[in-house]
Amino acid sequence: MKLSINGQAREVDVDEDTPLLWVLRDHLGMTGTKYGCGVAQCGACTVHVDGVPRRACVTPVGSVAERDVVTIEGLAGAEADAVRTAWEAIDVPQCGYCQAGQIMTAVALLKEVAKPNDDQIDQAMAGNICRCATYVRIRRAIHSAAGDDS
Amino acid sequence: MRRFALGLILAAGCTKATPPAAPAAPVTASPASGLRSLASLQAIEDDEARAIAIFAEVGKILTHPRCMNCHPSTDRPLQGEAGLPHQPHVVRGADGHGVPGLVCASCHGETNFENVPGNPHWHLAPASMAWAGKSLGAICAQVKDPARNGGLDHDALVKHMAEDPLVAYGWDPPAHLEPAPGDQETAGALVAAWLEAGAHCPPP
Repeated sequence: MKLSINGQAREVDVDEDTPLLWVLRDHLGMTGTKYGCGVAQCGACTVHVDGVPRRACVTPVGSVAERDVVTIEGLAGAEADAVRTAWEAIDVPQCGYCQAGQIMTAVALLKEVAKPNDDQIDQAMAGNICRCATYVRIRRAIHSAAGDDS
Repeated sequence: MRRFALGLILAAGCTKATPPAAPAAPVTASPASGLRSLASLQAIEDDEARAIAIFAEVGKILTHPRCMNCHPSTDRPLQGEAGLPHQPHVVRGADGHGVPGLVCASCHGETNFENVPGNPHWHLAPASMAWAGKSLGAICAQVKDPARNGGLDHDALVKHMAEDPLVAYGWDPPAHLEPAPGDQETAGALVAAWLEAGAHCPPP
């Protein structure tokens, strides 16, 4: 099966109903995308499919064969740069396990809403769980990435 | 079966379709479906009583969790057989497809996958179509009101129930979830028969 991952053509020999997360981590060795719950409840495995956040653990790889998949390893652009800068400046992560998924969602939000308010951030990030409860820092970092440090 | 539904629409005054050349077999819901057969309902002579009896069967479908969970009374969908608040805490958004950063399609793909329901059109019904917590009479009044049913006239209402691909999900959920009673064809035929009988509603 041919895939487009982070702008690169990849080919894998897997069943079409294999979860995309399995393909990324086990077949392609791209372990930046994390396995959390496996049932689309935690958001740790979030990637972008054609620019839209998608839980890789419940995405059959056959459904993304003709689409552009972006993972944390390939995340790029102004919003991604701003998020990385803010994440580092505010020192958002604690254990860090969920942060790839958090960042993927945060960037997707900022691509659509340049300066989100608290409600918009909370709604967008509601599907990304952080067991260290870094939610306040995440919200602050998204504001910072949006250029709103007030 | 669809030809039978079309015949009912024609009886209700629709002139857009050609009547079937020969009577189609009557819709007979499976005894296991929990729905009365349309034939037994059609035997009720009084129009109002027949319409109300038919809508009681339609209501068994509309109020089933597979339908009701996406017609919630708030901006948050419900889930499961108990109709519990959806986890994660997703919200309707501007168009029923979620909000920037967390859309329905973030988890719900084009097909069911393991425990996650899927459909290419997965989204929440508009707030005007909220059914949760309402009586069957109130839902009935809502369903036939174009101002609250998405602007559907009678023909469109039958078509929606009988053919809409997202409505079809109600009978094709993941294995751990119970399908809605009957099937989509029966649902369309029941709605057509209810409209033909005058679209009377149970008391609110």
